[in-house]
Amino acid sequence: MALSTLTSRASTTSAASKPPTLRRRKRISASRVAATVIVAVLSITWLIPFAWATITAFKSETEAAATPITIVPKSGFTFGAFAKVLQQGNIPQWTWNSLFTSAAITIITLVISTLAAYALSRIDFKGRKVMMTVIVASLIVPPPVLIIPLFYQMVSFHMIDAYWGIILPQVIAPAMVFVLKKFFDQIPRELEDAALVDGAGRIRIFWQVVLPLSRPILAAVAIFVFIGAWNNFLWPFIVTNDSSMLTLPVGLQTIKSAYGIQYAQNMASALLAALPLIVVFLFFQRQIIKGISTTGLAGT
Amino acid sequence: MSTSTISKESSQAPIQAPENTHASRLRRDRRHGWGFMAPFLAFFAVFLIWPLIYGVYMSFTGKSLTGANGSFVGFANYVEALGDADMWHSMGNTLYFTVISTVPLVVVALAMAALVNMGLPAQWLWRLSFFAPYLLASTVVSLFFVWMYNPQLGLINELLGKVGIAPVDWLNNPEVAMWSIVIATLWWTVGFNFLLYLAAMQNIPQSHYEAAQLDGAGGWRQFFSITLPQINPTTIMIVILQVLASLKVFDQVYQMTAGGPAGSTRSVVQYIFETGFTGYRLGYSAAISYIFFAIIVVVSISQFVLTRKRSA
Repeated sequence: MALSTLTSRASTTSAASKPPTLRRRKRISASRVAATVIVAVLSITWLIPFAWATITAFKSETEAAATPITIVPKSGFTFGAFAKVLQQGNIPQWTWNSLFTSAAITIITLVISTLAAYALSRIDFKGRKVMMTVIVASLIVPPPVLIIPLFYQMVSFHMIDAYWGIILPQVIAPAMVFVLKKFFDQIPRELEDAALVDGAGRIRIFWQVVLPLSRPILAAVAIFVFIGAWNNFLWPFIVTNDSSMLTLPVGLQTIKSAYGIQYAQNMASALLAALPLIVVFLFFQRQIIKGISTTGLAGT
Repeated sequence: MSTSTISKESSQAPIQAPENTHASRLRRDRRHGWGFMAPFLAFFAVFLIWPLIYGVYMSFTGKSLTGANGSFVGFANYVEALGDADMWHSMGNTLYFTVISTVPLVVVALAMAALVNMGLPAQWLWRLSFFAPYLLASTVVSLFFVWMYNPQLGLINELLGKVGIAPVDWLNNPEVAMWSIVIATLWWTVGFNFLLYLAAMQNIPQSHYEAAQLDGAGGWRQFFSITLPQINPTTIMIVILQVLASLKVFDQVYQMTAGGPAGSTRSVVQYIFETGFTGYRLGYSAAISYIFFAIIVVVSISQFVLTRKRSA
């Protein structure tokens, strides 16, 4: 039930995303003003942690730890903390590790989930119903339950402190298979039947008819998977030890204990780690929001 | 390209009728079905099904991280876990966190979406500020909040001081620490639920509101008799997903308090992690994992049954 409401909504979200409410609400302007004020206060509140981290990161360590707290430091703002963090830390290496593993997870997840979803949606092979049931049932397995046996497995695969050890266990996304299957279910069968009558094979139909029609949903799934992989903490934390193999979120955790009470440097590292996704978000805001609204309910 | 396929199809459609054409054969092709499934199934089997089964086996052994004593111990791990006060404490903390985090994460998201959906100007700005934190890794969020929660140098106590409120020891007071984590979690993830609510609200047909307006219904009335009922399926899904997500809490707690003070914020997942990787007891840790899994299954099923009943 949930999934069907999700995808039917997904297809209409984009069309409805421009608020049609303006006309209706113009009349009761007093409540609109009140709402604007409340929302403005809320979003300022929501921006405070970013702002405070930024201010701290541009202070010197002494200014950052000075009381009483100042917003503009007496000695002025400085890039010192950023410079120090970039010099002595592993942040560039960790950023690369995160980028590489997240990209690999996204690509592999997308390929295997799309193929499986297409089969489940379109091919009446024997055993399809059983497969559907097994995959639905697997949605209930919480990833933390698997960390102990998976870790043991990675030891025997020699994948501790290896990219594949980070990547492979993260590529199974049953929820994304369902999002894709629902989308394929909506593509009119006639489009494929025409190609079938022309003698095209399955693979050609999939490649030339189905995939080109599925670009929006593929983008949505890719965005969702990438954000999840980029920010995943628990699994990379378990499967890596060597400082040069850590992903950005895990690396930051070690910085915190290594630097102790270097507040400006802590905030500079945090901001550097946050930067890539924030920049990506500013550029692709609409697609990301659409992607989250499309895949969100089925995911997590 | 797609238009040309459509026209070709319509002209050839009548010929398709007889069985056993290329098309109808292909539609039922078993080889292709399993072929398309194969890559996913391979990963699924190796990295989900196998560890799930192997974990059950591990939970019946005395396996340790050092490799010693992998012998079969029967139900000993489960018996020990059920009598383990630390496990129950962490279980209780997890449930407590789930309850006190789910309520604001749903209610605040709903309020944000309802306000933004009133046709306010600069929609992108509100969406940006509410959703941006969701893009951060848990470690970044924890660094931000540990700094703001700092008892002497933190921004929050400073601001509270300005309005005459005594400083709070946010992360070191067992009475307060869990709430501090809830606040950080709210800031971090509420934007996700907010987006889902906003999408649902924007799909409600405008005609509903126009009709209500003709009947003289005001803003509040419209919210309670049109918006809320219309987005009910979304609410049910958000609550279900939020409960399951909150039960799995680990990252931000581990990073902000490491489970302290005095174990007052330690979650089950952290206890699983600690017994396995700090205490080296993989077998015992696996047993706790499956007790936790059983609880998740029970919660999921009861949520499912409850929502079924309500919507029936």
